[in-house]
Order: sequence, then structure tokens, then C-alpha cells
Amino acid sequence: MAVDELSVGGLGARVKRVEDDRLIRGKGNFTDDFKLPGMLHMEILRSPHAHARIVSVDTTKAWAIPGVHLVLTGELMAQRNLAWMPTLSYDTQAVMAMDKVRFQGQEVAAVVADDPYIAKDACEAIEVVYESLPAIVNPMQAKAPDAPLIRDDKDGQADNVCYTWEVGDKSMTDRVFERAENVVKLDCYYPRSHPSPIECCGCIADFNPATAKLTIYMTTQAPHIIRTAVALVAELPEHMIRIIAPDIGGGFGNKVPVYPGYVIATLASILVGRPVKWIEDKTGNLISTGFARDMYFHGELAIDRRGKIEGLRIHVDTDNGAFFSDAQPTKFKVGLMHSAFACYDIPYGHLTSQGHYTNKAPGGVAYRCSFRVTEAMFFQERLIAAAASDLGIDPAEFRRVNFVREFPWRTTYGMLLDSGDYDKCLTLALEKLGYEELRKEQAAARKEGRYIGIGISTMTEPLGAGNSREFDIIGIKMFDSAELRIHPSGKAVLKIGSKTQGQGHETTFAQIVAHELGIPSTDILVQHGDTDNTPFGMGTYASRSTPTAGAATSMASRKVRAKARKLAAHLLEVSEDDLEWELGRFYVRDAPQRGVTIQDCALAAYTNMPDGLEPGLENNAYYDPPNMTWPFAAYLAAVEIDPETGVWEVLRFVAVDDCGVRINPMIVEGQIMGGLAEAFAMSNMQFITFDSSGNCIGANYMDYLIPTAWETPKWELHEVVTPCPHHPIGAKGVGECATVGGPAAFVNAVMDAVSHLGVRNIDMPVFSGRVWEAITQQHDVSGFPPLAGH
Amino acid sequence: MEIKQIKVTVNGEPRIIEVEPRLLCVHMIREVLGMTGTHLGCDTTSCGACTVLLDGVPVKSCTLFGIQTDGHEITTVEGLGRPSELHPVQEGFKEEHGLQCGFCTPGMMLTAAALLEDNPDPSDDDIRWAISGNLCRCTGYQNIINSVKWAARKMAAQRTAVSA
Repeated sequence: MAVDELSVGGLGARVKRVEDDRLIRGKGNFTDDFKLPGMLHMEILRSPHAHARIVSVDTTKAWAIPGVHLVLTGELMAQRNLAWMPTLSYDTQAVMAMDKVRFQGQEVAAVVADDPYIAKDACEAIEVVYESLPAIVNPMQAKAPDAPLIRDDKDGQADNVCYTWEVGDKSMTDRVFERAENVVKLDCYYPRSHPSPIECCGCIADFNPATAKLTIYMTTQAPHIIRTAVALVAELPEHMIRIIAPDIGGGFGNKVPVYPGYVIATLASILVGRPVKWIEDKTGNLISTGFARDMYFHGELAIDRRGKIEGLRIHVDTDNGAFFSDAQPTKFKVGLMHSAFACYDIPYGHLTSQGHYTNKAPGGVAYRCSFRVTEAMFFQERLIAAAASDLGIDPAEFRRVNFVREFPWRTTYGMLLDSGDYDKCLTLALEKLGYEELRKEQAAARKEGRYIGIGISTMTEPLGAGNSREFDIIGIKMFDSAELRIHPSGKAVLKIGSKTQGQGHETTFAQIVAHELGIPSTDILVQHGDTDNTPFGMGTYASRSTPTAGAATSMASRKVRAKARKLAAHLLEVSEDDLEWELGRFYVRDAPQRGVTIQDCALAAYTNMPDGLEPGLENNAYYDPPNMTWPFAAYLAAVEIDPETGVWEVLRFVAVDDCGVRINPMIVEGQIMGGLAEAFAMSNMQFITFDSSGNCIGANYMDYLIPTAWETPKWELHEVVTPCPHHPIGAKGVGECATVGGPAAFVNAVMDAVSHLGVRNIDMPVFSGRVWEAITQQHDVSGFPPLAGH
Repeated sequence: MEIKQIKVTVNGEPRIIEVEPRLLCVHMIREVLGMTGTHLGCDTTSCGACTVLLDGVPVKSCTLFGIQTDGHEITTVEGLGRPSELHPVQEGFKEEHGLQCGFCTPGMMLTAAALLEDNPDPSDDDIRWAISGNLCRCTGYQNIINSVKWAARKMAAQRTAVSA
């Protein structure tokens, strides 16, 4: 008899998480929890200025404090050729400022001491003399003819432009627009945001002078990439570098890049010959590490009289901060922005983009999204909503008229969609919300002076980079990996190249093996995050783990099953061709009662193998996906605005997600709800901005507001399943869909509530004050820096 | 710097320890007492990852000096259940998928446990209000609410069993 898929914890089983047992007991192992013998502590002195020349750095008083072991400056870093490092976008970034500081919070010096309190004292004793320079806080300022040159360190850099990029067919798009019956335009700003995991970044660098082995415990989502990067930057042999990413307190893209703190701590450990711990504080995290968004959009749609979109133009100006250090695939300078409008059938489109250096923290990370897809989908759905509103077409109907309906489908900007049933998702969402009834209620309420709005957001997004033809990071192709070893007793160890930060890999990936082999998921230990102990992989971000490492897990399991088949034939004394597989068991085709379990085969692999067959039962797989996976989502928000205050309340939120086959539905739903909370955060309150001097506003949790349970709405989740045709088990990425598609649903709902006042756009966060201004002044409200009045 | 000796009861065990007066309570717990289940998130009393119970009341240990706990009783996540028997709140968080990365979880569970001491049958809004000093970036809170309700049901069943 085959084992039952659900009872062994295979596909579709709501298996309780393995990770929880340690985490609910306070027995997790986060980076800051490790205490190594002889360990010292490092603190970083950061620049108070956004743009200033460094006149002098005097560390005399810091050295004099008892307990201080080392004071590092840019000069010392430069002696080791480490004052600058390459970025993931082929730019350079200062590890420690020498000539000038280019953003507030930039690393200027560091102290290594017996404890972090002494190190902080010593940082305060370092005397730095600055000569202030004018600060640039947005691309318009950066483009101005008299703008100061931020990157005067770079040969041949005459302006503040860090890249230009385009895709699409300009001439055909222009022709479509020339003869268009309707042209709808929208400008909006997707404000800078910060992923801000509750755990900040940090590491313990442990260079062993006896063995020359460097071990770094690090809050990283991509340990293998970091190992290679450290080998290149620090010029150390790669086999003598071990990166251990232990439990991580949330990543959301913030823990992908290489930060100066890691490099400084590593050099410090090499210099003092002892382990050095560096744990960032919250302000350090918010003002210096990978931000997201900060994009200025202009878009146009050419639309015929039936509401069919014929052409699309987008221009994006991106604010990349002081160094172009976006974590993204080499070919794509503005991430996967060209996935915008993928779910709509648009014959011609053209996209241009330009990046700008400013005196703000660098980063440009994919904050819970697949390389800038959040920005793409937000603008897509804002422009779609504006077009439907301008043309007086119901926004659901407008989407239906333009949805892609055949697959595979080549999108306007050249990406290949794999599958989906968009209409089904939208229809289900509308039904669950009670859309028609709510529209009537909205009309009745408006007559009473009450402002109710319904926001729709529908989108498909590319998740699971690569394929390797198009996707690499610093030249390393984007695949992922798994190694599976079955022990004699039938228990197993799975090692993967990706790395959980809360997504539940230790549970989900065991379920994939359970599905492939019938070994109970509870009999499988999943290991990850230690580069000495796992195969090379690109890590976990961009919702890529299930599409890539998950697929590799399937493929490794199938290789193991192929060998188990040989062992089964031997045990049953039949030919391999006479065997059939059912979950957990091989049996003889003509005598189904004669069979052996996968566990029998595992034992035989070590105790009773046939002549000529090598012992053991293990294999690995490196999976290079043929395409991205394309989940689809339909998110509907209903809000009511208090016209007296501008405060808006979420009445209902309905989410329909089609992420293909769900491995562990409980975990998938958890990912969607978490993503929706971050979508709400960005649309409603999460705000990090700058004044005209480049001072960061939102540099701590008293200013950078993260929604609590009190503000966060309730979520109503539903599902549609369209399996991915090219993934071994039909799964698609899902971790970020809700963060990507969610914000537009909230903003569109607020716009829908005030559209009768002639208001077309309020930039995020849609603060009550901005809504109130829009209602009372009956105009759009822009949100880009510098803050008004500063 | 001058070292002070304090007496503090930690998870039911009386301890005499030596601390610098400026040492934060969270660092005292993590570094001096060696219990790393209490996490440090924001340094500004905002996120609640460092929440412990001081004489049964949730406090943010990042905004309290260690010496202020002299003569008092601290409960950390390590003292919430016993190794062999979890507290119902801990069970509830696992049963209802109330955690993802797990960084906020110890503080979140201690706040929830204190709520259930005061209010054994809280509504959704009671729970949302009670945990509004504890931030979570992963879950969207809904499963945390469900976890606390799971624990409330379990504790009610336990009380019924005891009284019967």
C-alpha cells in the first residue's frame, strides 16, 4: 500500500513548523546570541552630515580609553586596500569614508573594545572635523545644472547619473500614441521605504590566526554569495572562508547586501586575532542599510474607445543614494521593472529609466519583492485605476477587457508568462467582497457625505530567478541547489543552498522530499545557511526558494528514487522494468502485494547492495529554472474615510492568490498575511524621508512607524490553483505577492473614495493629513523629499 | 565603573549578581544571566522584542537598568513553560502558526501570557490592544491573535479539568 500523502506530511499538508520548537522556548540561535571565547565588540561611528568633506579624524582620546583594543579609520582600511568595496551593481562603495561623507549615517570610524558600552564611549571620543557641503535629496536636485558632484571619487563621472536603461519598442509605441483615441497620464512617487526587520544586521568575524580560517556568523539571506564576495573583496582563499547564517530575525531584502560593517569587523578580527562582534542598533540599520523604492514615475496609456489598451509608456527616475549598490541581476539596471503591466495584453510599450546619485543611504534592495517588482506593480495598478476612473469605466471591467488570456504569453516588455487564470481570480475576489452591493452602498453613502472607496489591485509577477541565461549576480548564475542523503534507517538529511529568515524552509522542504519519496517529513532534517555544510546556492529573496531550491529538492529526490529502484529490483529479484512506484513503495507490476518500501531500499543501500552498485543512497541537484514562475493575485480593499480628519479605516480586505500548488497551505497563508501587513504599512504609515540638509526623518521606531496589531486590518484569504507548468511540483513563488500587489489596493481604495472631488493622486504613505488636504483643497498631494518646510 | 551587587529572582530562582549601574536590563539578562531568549530590537521601547515580566507585568527591558530590578522578580521566555511542559501560549503559537522568524515571539508570548492572567477570555480587540506594544514584521498579526485565543481555550479547559 502506498503511504498517504497528507499523513506523511507531503504536498498540501498543514504540517506544524519544525522551527517553532526552539523559537517558542527562547532557544533560537540568532547572530547576537553567539558568544565566542575571547570575543571583542565593535561599534561604528557614523557621519552626522549628509554631504561633507572630512578635514581631520583624531582618534587619540579613543585609544586612551581602557578596554579599547583597536580604532579603525578610513586611512587604516586603505592601507589594507579595503577603504572601498565593489557593489552588487558594479559600482564602488566606501567601506569607511576618507575624502568626504556622502550620506548621513555613513561609516567614518570604528572601535573594537572589551564590551559594546566601552566601544560606544570610545566612538564618542573620536574627533572628526567636517566641512559641510550642499546636500541632494531627490533626482530633480541631482539633475540640476549647478548640482554638486557627489561621486567626485570616480574617474570620468561628470554628473550625478548612475545608470540609464530602456526596453521596448519606442518607434511603434510612439506611432500608437500618435493615433490614440484616449491618452491617460499619471505621475506619482513611490516613497523610500526601509524593510526594517526587527533584528538588525550584525556579524561575528572570527579569524583564526593559527589556521588562517575565517568564520563569519552573519545575518545574511545569501551566505554563499557572501562567501564569494568576501573572497574577492578581502582577497582571502574561498575554501578558508566559512559563512554561518544562523536564525535570522526577518530579512525582507535588507539582509542581502554586503555592508561596510561586515568588512570592518572582518578586518578587525584579522588585526586583533580574536573574534569581533558587531551588532547594529536600530538607527544604524534604518539610516545606513539597504532601503527600497524611492522612484518617480511618469506613465501613459493609449486606450481605444472600447477600453482596450494599445500602448504603454513609462519613465522612471530612481534615487539610488550615494552609491549604486542595488542588489539585482546584472542585466537589469532597474530590477524587473519591465514586468510592469505583464498581466495585461498591450501590443506596444516603451520603458526608460535613469538612476541618480543623491546624498542618501545606498541600497535599492528588493524589499519583500523580486527586484523592484513592488514598484512596477504599484505604478501599474495606480495607472490602471486612474485610466478606468478618467474614462468612466468600471475598474474591474477595465481589467477584464485587458487581461492576458492565453499562455505562454510574451509580454509588452518581452517577458514570458507561464500560466494563470486572471479572470477567475478577480471574479472570485469580487464575489467574496460583494462588489456590486458595495458599489450601491458606496453611492448611497456618498449622498450622505460619507466617503467609501473600493480599491482593486490585480497583478502577476515574476518570481524565482533565474534562468541562468538572463539572470546573474556579480557574474554568478542564478540557480539553486539541494543535497539529499538517506541514512540506513530511512531517515534523511536535506541540505539546501537557500536560507530561511522565517519562511519555514526546515518544514516546507522536508515536505517536498516526503512528496517525492514517501519518507515522513518528520524523518527529514533540513540544513541550510552554513557554507561549509551546504551546496552553493544564491539564497533566499525574491520569492525564489520554492521555485529554485524547492525544484532542486524534487530533482535530487528523484535521482535518489532512481537508485532506490535498482535496490528494490535487487531485493525483489525482478527487473527494474517490472517495478512500479507508488508513494513510499516499489512493487512488482504483476504482483502488487510484493513490494519494498523506500526505507527497505535505504537499508539495502548500506547492507545489501547488488554487485556493481556503489553503496549509499544520496544525490544532489543544481536546478536552473527554465523560466520564472508567475503567480497572480487579486486584492480588494474597501475603506471609509472620515471627511473631518482624513483618517481612513479598512472595512474589508479580500485576497485571492494563485501561487500554483501549495506545499504547506498554513505557511503560504502566513506569508500572504505577513505581506499584506507590510503593504498596509507602506500605504498607511511607514515613512522614511529627508529634510533639505539630508537629515533622515524616520531614523528610529518612534518616527518610522511600523503598524501594530491595533492598526493592522483583518485579512480574508481565498485561493485559486493554476499549477506552474515548468516547476517539478507545479509550485510558484508566493512570499512577496501580497507586499507587491497590496499597496495599490489600499491607495486605489482611498482614491476611489475621493475621486468625485477631482483628486487623482495622493502619494504614499496616504497619511490622514494628506487625505484631509486633498479633500479640503481638492487637489493631488505629492510626497517627495525634501519635506515641506524643511 | 563601579559595580553594584543586586538580588533578583529570575524565573523563580533567587540570584545575586554584579552589574554596572549603566547596564541595561536586556543586556543583564542576555550577557550576565546568559539567557538569550530575550531579544534586543529597537533600543527605544517601541518594538517589544525585549519584553520580560517584572513582578508579572510586561516591561521593555531595553529601557530599564539592570539595577532597577534589585529585589524584584523577572520572568523571561525561558521561564514561561517548563522543558517538558510548554505554557499554553507557547503551544498556541505553534498550533496557529503565530510566528515566522521568531525574533519578536518571546516578547509577544510574555505579553500574551500576562494578558491571559488578567483576562482569561479576551476578544480579538482585547488581544490586539494588549499586544500593540509588540511589533511583528512577519505574520500580519492575525495568526498571533488566533494563537492567543488557542491558549485561552486551552487554559479554560485546564481550569475546568482542575475544578472538576
